Amino acid sequence: MSRINELFKSELHVINVGLEMFKDDILKQKGNVTHLEWKPPGGGKPELIAALDALEQEEIAAKIEAANKLAVERIVNSQPVLVGFDQAINVVPGMTKTTILHAGPPITWDKMSGPMKGAVTGALVFEGLAKDLDEAAELAASGEITFSPCHEHNCVGSMAGVTSASMFMHIVENKTYGNIAYTNLSEQLSKILRMGANDETVVARLIWMRDVLGPMLREAMKFSENGIDLRLMLSQALHMGDECHNRNNAGTTLLIQALTPLILRTDYTNEQKIEVFDFVAMSDYFSGPTWMALCKCALDAAHGIEHSTIVTTMARNGVEFGIRVSGMPGNTWFIGPAQKVVGPMFAGYKPEDSGLDIGDSAITETYGIGGFAMATAPAIVALVGGTVDDAMNYSVKMKEITTTENPNVTIPLLNFRGIPTGIDIRKVGQTSIMPVINTAIAHKDPGIGMIGAGITHPPIECFEQAILAFSQSMHS
Amino acid sequence: MSTKIVIKRNTYFDSVSLMSLSTKANQIEGVEQAFIAMATQMNKEVLANVGLITPELEEAKNSDLMIVIKAASPELAEVALEAIEELFIKKDSAVGGTELKYPTIESAVKNMTAANLAVISVNGSFAAREARKALENNLHVMMFSDNVSVEDEIELKKIAHERGLLMMGPDCGTAIIGNMALCFANKVRKGNIGIVGASGTGSQEISVRIHDFGGGISQLIGTGGRDLSERVGGVMMLDVMKALNEDEATKVIVLISKPPAKSVEQKVLNEIKNMHKPVVVCFIGGTEEAVLEAGGHFAKTTKEAALKAVILSGIDESQIDKHSLNLPLIEEIKVKLKPEQKYIRGLFCGGTLCDEAMYLAMEKYDDVYSNIPKDPEYQLGDIHISQAHTFIDFGDDGFTNGKPHPMIDPSSRIARFKQEAKDPAVGVIIMDFVLGYGSHEDPVGVMVPAIIEAKQAAEQEGRHLEIVGYVLGTDLDTPSVQEQLDKLVSAGVTYASSNTNAGLLARGFVEKGV
Repeated sequence: MSRINELFKSELHVINVGLEMFKDDILKQKGNVTHLEWKPPGGGKPELIAALDALEQEEIAAKIEAANKLAVERIVNSQPVLVGFDQAINVVPGMTKTTILHAGPPITWDKMSGPMKGAVTGALVFEGLAKDLDEAAELAASGEITFSPCHEHNCVGSMAGVTSASMFMHIVENKTYGNIAYTNLSEQLSKILRMGANDETVVARLIWMRDVLGPMLREAMKFSENGIDLRLMLSQALHMGDECHNRNNAGTTLLIQALTPLILRTDYTNEQKIEVFDFVAMSDYFSGPTWMALCKCALDAAHGIEHSTIVTTMARNGVEFGIRVSGMPGNTWFIGPAQKVVGPMFAGYKPEDSGLDIGDSAITETYGIGGFAMATAPAIVALVGGTVDDAMNYSVKMKEITTTENPNVTIPLLNFRGIPTGIDIRKVGQTSIMPVINTAIAHKDPGIGMIGAGITHPPIECFEQAILAFSQSMHS
Repeated sequence: MSTKIVIKRNTYFDSVSLMSLSTKANQIEGVEQAFIAMATQMNKEVLANVGLITPELEEAKNSDLMIVIKAASPELAEVALEAIEELFIKKDSAVGGTELKYPTIESAVKNMTAANLAVISVNGSFAAREARKALENNLHVMMFSDNVSVEDEIELKKIAHERGLLMMGPDCGTAIIGNMALCFANKVRKGNIGIVGASGTGSQEISVRIHDFGGGISQLIGTGGRDLSERVGGVMMLDVMKALNEDEATKVIVLISKPPAKSVEQKVLNEIKNMHKPVVVCFIGGTEEAVLEAGGHFAKTTKEAALKAVILSGIDESQIDKHSLNLPLIEEIKVKLKPEQKYIRGLFCGGTLCDEAMYLAMEKYDDVYSNIPKDPEYQLGDIHISQAHTFIDFGDDGFTNGKPHPMIDPSSRIARFKQEAKDPAVGVIIMDFVLGYGSHEDPVGVMVPAIIEAKQAAEQEGRHLEIVGYVLGTDLDTPSVQEQLDKLVSAGVTYASSNTNAGLLARGFVEKGV
C-alpha cells in the first residue's frame, strides 16, 4: 500500500507549523495536533539560513554528525579527578609573576568592566606588585602586565576570573584522556575579589587563603591515594538537589566530607584547621569552582575535533561573551556583547547597579549542569523567579539544542534522564533557543562585589558568527 | 546454566535507579538472576556472597557499572542482556503536567512517533525549508504558505513523489483527510466521493454541493494552484488520482481545477484511462470531447460536477433537489434595471468561484475583464478600477500582498463594493461568502451594513442595485449556511443556491434586449 493510501486509512497526527488557528480547528474536530514553538531559523537572516542549509548537505552533515558523536562521547566519558592543589605559578601553563588571567575572551585593560578592573587592581596589590589600588591601576595600564584569558591556560575563573601567580589552584586530571584543568579556590560570596571588591579585608582573605587554606589543601590531597572522583560526586550532588552553578549546598558538603579526613592528617594546628572548616561552613559556594574545573577538564578533551559543531566554551569578560567550538581548534573565539543578568538583588541594590554578565562559570552550562540541570534543583527556583515547572522546562528545552544526554549525570525529577550534553551551534541557529545560564550578578563599579544572582543567555551573535565561519570552512 | 558479565567502564548510575533496573531485569524471561550495580566494594561483596564474583569483577572500579546475568543458556543470557540495555533507554515524558513543546519538526517527530502530516503556514521565505524537513522525516505535507518559488515546489514535489508522500501546495488552502478538515474546509458528510483539486474554493464548492445533494466525501486533497501548470506538470494530482483509485472508501473521483496547461491536462486525462473508477472532470473552461475521449465524465460547472458525482456514487437522481435556476426571477429583475445598467461586477474571495462565474459570463459577453483573466487582453489595466464586466479575485497576490486572505479579512472587498455600488453602469454585483474552518466567523454580517447603505443610496438616485450573494457552506458549518442566508435576505440580497447558479443569475439579470 502506498504511503498516501496508508494516510487515508490512518488517524491524522498533525504537526502544525505556523498559524495557530489551524491547530485550534483541528482541536475543535477532536483531532491530534502538536503546535510547534517555531521561530525562523537563523533569526530569519538569509545568509544564516543559507549557511545552515549548507551545513545540512548530506555529505557535510554526515561528517559533522560523526565528529559530534566523537565530541560528546569524550565529554560523557571524561573522568575528571581532583588530584591536588598548588600555586598557579607552579602548575598553570604559561603563568608568570606578572601574568593576570581573566575570565572570558581576550580583553585589554582599557576595555575591562568595572568588576574586572577592581579584581585586577586588587590582585596586583595582593601580589605585592603595587602598594595600593591607584598604583595598581597605573601598573595595569603600563603594559608591563600580561593579561590573558583563563581558558587559554587550561583554567577557568569565576566572575572576573582574575588569577595571579601565587593564588592556589585546584588541579583536576582527566583520567580518561589525560588532560588537566585548573581553577582558583572559592573566596566564598559577596565582597570578594572575583566580584570586583578589593579593599584590605579582601586582600587579607586572599593572603590567608595563600598561606593557610591553600597549603593545607595541598598537603591534605597528598594523603589521597586516587584523588577525588569529581564526576561521581557531581552526580550525587545533583541527586541531592544542586545544579552545581548557583546552588552548591550538597556538593560543598560532599566535597568537605571527602577532604576532612585528609585535612585532619596534615601537620597544621587545630586552630588553623578550625579556621578552614569555619571558612567552608560560612558559605555553600566552596565547591563552586571545583565543578567548573571538572567541566573544563571534560570539555577540553572534546575540543579540536575536526568538523565538530559542539560548543566547548562559553565565557564572558563582563564586556563580551565568547564561545569556542570544537571544530574551530585553538583559541578561535566567536564574540558578542555581554548581556544583562535578570534576577533578585541584595537589599539596597537596583538592576541599574548590575554589571554585565561575567565569568567563566558558564562552563557548567556548556557541560550540561547549572541552568541546563535546573530541574535537579527545585530549591533554586526562587532565585530565577519561576515555578518548579519552569525549572524543569529549562532542562527539557535545553535538549533541543544539545546532542545527547550524559547517562553518567542524571536528573531524578526528569525520570533520571541524563543532563543535556553537547550544545550544537547548528541547533541553536535552527531553533533560536539560547542556552540558559544561572549566574551571579556583580556590581558594575569596581570595589563593591556581588549584588544578586539570576539567569541570562548568550548573545545570538556568537552563534551566528560561528555558524557562518563553520559553513565557510566546510565549503572551502 | 550460563553467566554473562558486562562491565561498562566509567559509567555512573545512582543506586536507586540501579535497584529498580535490577528488579525489572530479574523479571525478564530466561533470567535466573540479574545483578546491575556500580562496582563498589560493598556491591562486590554482595556478588561474592552469591558466588558470582570473578577476578574481572573484582578489578572493576567504583565508577564502573557491572551487569551480571545468570540465565539458562548463553543465548538466553544474550537476549536478556539486550533487554537490559533497553531498560537504560529512557523516553521523554511530560513533566509537571505541562504540554511538551517542540521548536523543530525533527524534534517533534523524534518524540511523536505517530506524527504523519505537517501543516505549514509560515512565511513563504521559510516554508520550503520546513516542508523539506517534514518530507525528509516521512511526513505528508500540506503547505498553506504562498510566495514559494516554483523551483522549490518542483523540488519538493519530486521528493514527495519519490517517497510516496503527499505534497499539497504551496498555496494549498483545503483538504479533508479521513473526515478531518484542514485549513479552509467545510464540515461535510463522510461518504464515498474523493476530490482532488488544484483549486481551493473550487474543491470546497464541490464538497459542499455534494453534501447538499445528499452525498459525502471520502478524501478531499488540494494540490495547490500551480500543480497543473506546465512546469510542475501535475505531479501531485497524478499521485493522488492513483491513490484514490486504490482507496477502498472512494467510489467516485472528482477532479477540479482552474484552466490547466494543455499538455498537463492531457497527462491527467490519460491517467483516467488507467483508472477503474468513474472520474468526473471539472476543469473550468475545459472541453467536453477530450474528457469523454479519456473515458471521464465531463462537467462544465462545479454544480454539474457535484451532481454527476453524487449520481455516480449511487444516490437516486429522482431524490435529489437540484435547485434549478429561478427563471421567473431573472425576468423580474431584468425589468427593474435601467438600460445603462449593463454590467456585472463580481467581487470574490474564492479564485475558482470567480473563474467559474466569469466563464459563464464569457459565454454571453465579449467584454469580460479581470485581475485573473486567462487571456491577457482582458487583464485590467488597474486592478482597482473596473471596466465593463469585471470579475475580481481578492485572493490573488495583488490584493493579499502583506495582508491576510479575504476569507479572513474582508476589508479590501468592502471598500471595493462601495466603489462598485456607485457606478451607474453596474446592474448586478455578485459576491461569494465562504464559511467553514479557517474562514471569517461571520462573512455576511461584516458586509451587510455596506450593502444596506449602498442599496438605499441607489434607490435615492432612482436606480435598482441588484446584489447576488452566494454562501459557500453547509448546515453543519459554524455559522450555518441558513443563518448567513437569513442575513442576506434581510439586507435585500438575492441569494443563489450554488456558485454556478449565482453566475447564471448574474449574467441573466443584465441581459438586454431579447
